[in-house]
Amino acid sequence: MAKTLAEKILSERAGIDVRAGGIVVTPVDLAFVQDGTGPLAVRQFQSGGFTRLAQPQQTVLYIDHASPSPAKELSNDHALLRQFSREKGAVLSDVGEGVCHQCVAESFAGPGKVIVGADSHTVTAGAAGAFATGMGSTDIAVAMALGKTWLRVPETVKIIATGNFKKGVYAKDFILHLIGLLGADGATYQALEFGGSAVDNMSMSERFTIANMAVECGAKVGLFPSDNITRKYLESRGRKDDYRPIKADEGAKYDRVVEIDVGNIVPTVSKPHTVDNIATAAELGGIEVSQVFIGTCTNGRLDDLKIAANILKNRRRANIRLLVAPASKEVFYNAIEAGYIQILMNAGAVILPPGCAACVGVHQGILGDNESCISTANRNFKGRMGNPDSFIYLASPATAAASAITGRITDPGEFI
Amino acid sequence: MELKGKVFKFGDDISTDHIIPGRFFHLRSNIPELAKHTLEDVNPEFASKVKKGDFVVGGNNFGLGSSREHAPLVLKTLGVSAVLVKSSARIFFRNAINIGLPVLVCDTASISEDDELVVDLAGGTIKDVTRGIELTFVAFPDAMLKILSEGGLLPYIKKYGDFVVGK
Repeated sequence: MAKTLAEKILSERAGIDVRAGGIVVTPVDLAFVQDGTGPLAVRQFQSGGFTRLAQPQQTVLYIDHASPSPAKELSNDHALLRQFSREKGAVLSDVGEGVCHQCVAESFAGPGKVIVGADSHTVTAGAAGAFATGMGSTDIAVAMALGKTWLRVPETVKIIATGNFKKGVYAKDFILHLIGLLGADGATYQALEFGGSAVDNMSMSERFTIANMAVECGAKVGLFPSDNITRKYLESRGRKDDYRPIKADEGAKYDRVVEIDVGNIVPTVSKPHTVDNIATAAELGGIEVSQVFIGTCTNGRLDDLKIAANILKNRRRANIRLLVAPASKEVFYNAIEAGYIQILMNAGAVILPPGCAACVGVHQGILGDNESCISTANRNFKGRMGNPDSFIYLASPATAAASAITGRITDPGEFI
Repeated sequence: MELKGKVFKFGDDISTDHIIPGRFFHLRSNIPELAKHTLEDVNPEFASKVKKGDFVVGGNNFGLGSSREHAPLVLKTLGVSAVLVKSSARIFFRNAINIGLPVLVCDTASISEDDELVVDLAGGTIKDVTRGIELTFVAFPDAMLKILSEGGLLPYIKKYGDFVVGK
């Protein structure tokens, strides 16, 4: 019988023929934690009486959320992760390597893999055709020990995107628009599966942006079929063998199908304090911002910095803070080589080390009372950036860069 | 098993940032300290007033957002015996079960702040003693019921040595 992408990956990996609603126990190809969830996972691993990792080379500890550490308590948490890595042989991704999801994209994500991480944005790797989902520390501790996990096979919402993006409109606008359409719990427990001519033309960078935010409508995974673009991406990363073609079968059964002509989408912004609270950038033109943040696992890749640099070239930020955090060391290095970092610095940007930076409210850009920030991140919950009395607007790197020039939320159209 | 306690009522879309804000990131390895800040941006008195056995009652999409298991963990640490919701975000639900904190999906609209509840976990019923009404909650999937009845995922794995779901 015809299968969705989620049914296909889980059936293959678990070695049994399953459909949506079924339960599988599946091997995991990667289990990871970050510094906010890792210390609890290590303690659960220990209190579960486990002594060995099932697959040390496929167990990764990322230090990215509070990186470098801004507090002694967090320095001690980092020390715990480093010690666990030394004792058990887990791979350590230390300060400055980058955001876990970007590092996973670069080094692990691939078609047909099962990836579990103690971070909700683990869904990012779905862009490369991996069944990648976020869990808590205890689930990951057990996955690290046993090399497997249990999953309910999700029903799937098929998203068919057609048409061509207008100038100044990007993958981020598409996913914000989609979340506005579905609602913050519009796909809870379900898989999103992306397809259509607009998706066929998307770069991996754009696909990662979209898959990253699948969880913001409650989805368990955001899946893309693999194709020539996936293959070239993996080849360029020296991971040719990770490629295999995988897509849903014709006639697969979907819970529902949502069709979107991307040509109708305009620069879109999520208003405080939920991601599905969307408006157009043009509608919000009067709103002043104190800080602009470009980076994160959603939009901290080389293409994102290029878009921002093209807008900010020979221009200057308004009297606001412009923070830029490349998503990984490799992105940072390549952005220096391409000249983007110099352009951004000339425009008045502060460059932060690769990592989560200002996104999680721990360090590097906590907002003051009543301040507003326009950010390329994925979440704008009350208090997310460290202060419940501040306001977060989510947008594309282009809208963020344009807003940095004017000091208020700005449709990037006038600068492109 | 019967649970008894008082209701602390919350609305829709209570995120894990509401339950335990990111600005207390540095306290995550000190759960008793961290727990003092539970839900403080929504109800500043919650952590000091909640008593062993009490219930957190929410609306739709409870626990959306981050995968931080600290969210159900601080609720459990404060003595909350169960979370009652109209609907729950996926990761929060799974995390709560994994640490032995029941999340009961039911129509919470008729339950109000300070109501006294008696929950029969095995029988699947919720009595609102204050209002004199009885509700039912959605039965747990078998896979999760097994984990919950062992008190969480670690005791479950200790007992069975492996996942026994789907078998």
